[in-house]
Amino acid sequence: MALLDIEGLSVRFKTSSGLFAAVEDVDINVDRGEVWSIVGESGSGKSVSMLATMGLLPWTAQVTADRMTFDGQDLQQLSPRQRRRIVGGEMSMIFQEPMSSLNPCFTVGTQIDEMIKQHLGGSRKERHERALDLLAQVGIPDPARRIKAYPHQLSGGMSQRVMIAMAISCNPRLLIADEPTTALDVTIQAQILELLLKLQEDTGMALILITHDMGVVAETAKHVVVQYAGRQVEKQDVKSLFANPRHPYTEALLSALPERAGNQDRLPTIPGVVPGQHDRPAGCLFNPRCQYATEQCREVEPVPAADDPARTLCHYPLEDGISPSPAAAGVARDNPQSSPHREVRP
Amino acid sequence: MFKFFLVKLAQLVPTFIGVTIVAFSFIRLLPGDPILLMAGERGISAERYAQLKSQMGFDRSLIVQYFDFLKGLLHGDLGNSLVTHAPVMDEFMSRFPATLELSLFALAFAVIIGLPAGVLAAVKRGKTLDHTIMGISLTGYSMPIFWWGLLLIMLFSTILGWTPVSGRISYMYFIEPVTGFMTIDSLIAGDWGAFLSALHYLILPSIVLGTIPLAVIARQTRSSMLEVLGEDYVRTARAKGLSNFRVIMVHTLRNALISVVTVIGLQVGLLLAGAILTETIFSWPGIGKWMIDAISRRDYPSVQGGLVLIAFIVMIVNLLVDLAYGVINPRIRH
Repeated sequence: MALLDIEGLSVRFKTSSGLFAAVEDVDINVDRGEVWSIVGESGSGKSVSMLATMGLLPWTAQVTADRMTFDGQDLQQLSPRQRRRIVGGEMSMIFQEPMSSLNPCFTVGTQIDEMIKQHLGGSRKERHERALDLLAQVGIPDPARRIKAYPHQLSGGMSQRVMIAMAISCNPRLLIADEPTTALDVTIQAQILELLLKLQEDTGMALILITHDMGVVAETAKHVVVQYAGRQVEKQDVKSLFANPRHPYTEALLSALPERAGNQDRLPTIPGVVPGQHDRPAGCLFNPRCQYATEQCREVEPVPAADDPARTLCHYPLEDGISPSPAAAGVARDNPQSSPHREVRP
Repeated sequence: MFKFFLVKLAQLVPTFIGVTIVAFSFIRLLPGDPILLMAGERGISAERYAQLKSQMGFDRSLIVQYFDFLKGLLHGDLGNSLVTHAPVMDEFMSRFPATLELSLFALAFAVIIGLPAGVLAAVKRGKTLDHTIMGISLTGYSMPIFWWGLLLIMLFSTILGWTPVSGRISYMYFIEPVTGFMTIDSLIAGDWGAFLSALHYLILPSIVLGTIPLAVIARQTRSSMLEVLGEDYVRTARAKGLSNFRVIMVHTLRNALISVVTVIGLQVGLLLAGAILTETIFSWPGIGKWMIDAISRRDYPSVQGGLVLIAFIVMIVNLLVDLAYGVINPRIRH
C-alpha cells in the first residue's frame, strides 16, 4: 500500500468569471521512503496539487479526488481535527519563500516548540532539547544562540534550515518541499538540497520535491511527475524519463538544460507561456507551444493510452526520442536538438 | 531600547514648541476681549480698561507675552485663570481625572468590542456576519456624537430608565477625591455601592464616546487581519497542524495588532476631542466642559494652558504607542 495515494485529483477555484481548473486529474502514489519530484513551469499547478493534499488551500478552492489516502486513511473523509493530526505531524511541508514563511513575531525556538508541542508533547525541557538537536541536525551553527533569534535576524538559507528543522521535528513520514531553493542563491541551493536528501536517507521519510529545475530532478528524485497547465502530462521513473521522455513538453524541458544543448550558441527554449485561466487552447493544452502539433492536437483533447505506464497525455507520445507525429518530420530537420542529447543522466 | 526611547523623546520637542505657538495664537485670533466680556453689558470706562489690561499684562507686545508664557510653562506655571484667579494647572488637574476616567472606559469599550468584531468579520469574510459588522461599524463611524448621545439618553434614560441622565455618581454618595477617579476612589473608600453607582453613571457616556473609536478599531482590525491572513507564515502555521483558533488568535492577530495599536493610539487624541462634546451632553465635570467655558469667556491663560496640556498628553500617549510597537514587533526592538 502506497503511503500517499492520490488518483484523479482536481482543484477548482471559484473566480468572478466562474470555476477555474488549476489542477485536473493528477495521480501520484508515493511509497514509504521514496523520493518523488513534480516538475513543470510556473502555473502548472504543482504547488496547488500539494497544497490540496495538505489541506492548505483557501476556501475558494474546491478539491475533489477519486482517491486521496495517506497511510490508508482517506484524507477526504477525515474531520478537520483528525486531518490536523496528520498535517504537520506525519506529513509536513516547506515552502518557496523561507523568509516570509516564518512568523516575524516569534523566535525560532518558539515556532519549533509549538510544532513539537502540538504533535509530540513532552515537557518544556524535553521540547527545548529536541529543538536544539533539530537545529544542529539541519546544520545551524551555535543552536543555543540561534534558538532565541527572530526570523528577521536570519538569512534566507538559515530560515529555510529552520523551516526544515520544524518540518522534520515530529518525524514525518512524508515531507513535501515546494520549490525549497527557488528563493535562495545557487551555493545555498545546493546545500539545502543536499541537506534534504541526507535527512531523507537518515530518517527514511518519503520526499516530494516540487521544482521547475530538471537539473534538481536529475540529482534527487527516483520518480518524476511532469505537470503542464494543471494536467499531469507524464509520470516515469527518473532514469527512463531522462533517457526516454514520452511527452514533447518533457522533451522540451530536457533540451533546455545547458548540459544537453551541446555546442549550440543559444539554449533551446520553449516559446510562449503556460496558458492561464482565459487563454486555454482547445485540444491539447500544450499544442500552441508544441513543435509536433497537428490538426488533431489543436482539436481533440488527448487521453493517456491504456497500456502506457507513463500515462502520457499526448496524441503522439515519443518513442526513443522520436515523435510519430506527422508534423515531426519537418521539425527534426530544422531543429537538430529536438531529439535530446543523452549526456545528462541521473 | 533605551536609545530608541530617547530618540523618540527628542523628536517630541519641536512638536511641543509648535503646539505652544498654535495654542497661544489661536485663542488671540478669536474676536472678542476677555475684559469687555467680564464687564458685560454695563460697559467699562477707558481708564479702567487700560488699567486692567496692563494689570493682566495684555498691553505688552505679543512676542513678550509668548515668551512669558513659555517661561512659565518651563516652570510648570500656566498662569492664573482670568475668571476664577486660580492657577490653570490646578483647575486642569482637578478636572482631568474625570475626563481620563471617561476616556479610558470609552477606549476599553471600543477595544473590547471592536477588536473581536474586527477579527470575526475578517474570519467570516464575505459572509453575512462580516457585512453586518462592517455595516454597523460604518453607521457608528458616521454617527454625530451629539445626536447619538441624545438618542441614547432618550431611549435608555428617559424611556427605559436603565441609566442615569447625567453626572458622575448618584447624589446619595459623597466620595473624598484621592485620585480623582470616581471608580478608584470609591474602592479606596471601600464603598461598593458608590463603586457600582460610579460604573452605572459611566456606561452611557462611555458608549457614546467610544462609538467612533470602536468603528475605527473594528475596521482597522478587519483589514489588517485580512492582510496578515494572506501571509506565508499563516500558511506555515496551518501546515503545522495547529487549530484554527490558534492560527487566528496567535499567529495572525499578533501581527495584525501592530497596525491596530497605531490606530488605538491615534484614537486617544480623538477621545479627548470627542470628550468635549460628550461631557457637554452628560454634564460630565471634566476638562471638555471646562475648556468650552474658558473659550466662551476668552479666558486666555486657561485656553492656552489647557490646549498645551492636552497636546502634551496626546504626545505622551503616542510615545507610549511607539514603545508598545517595540514590545509587539521584534523587528523594531532589535
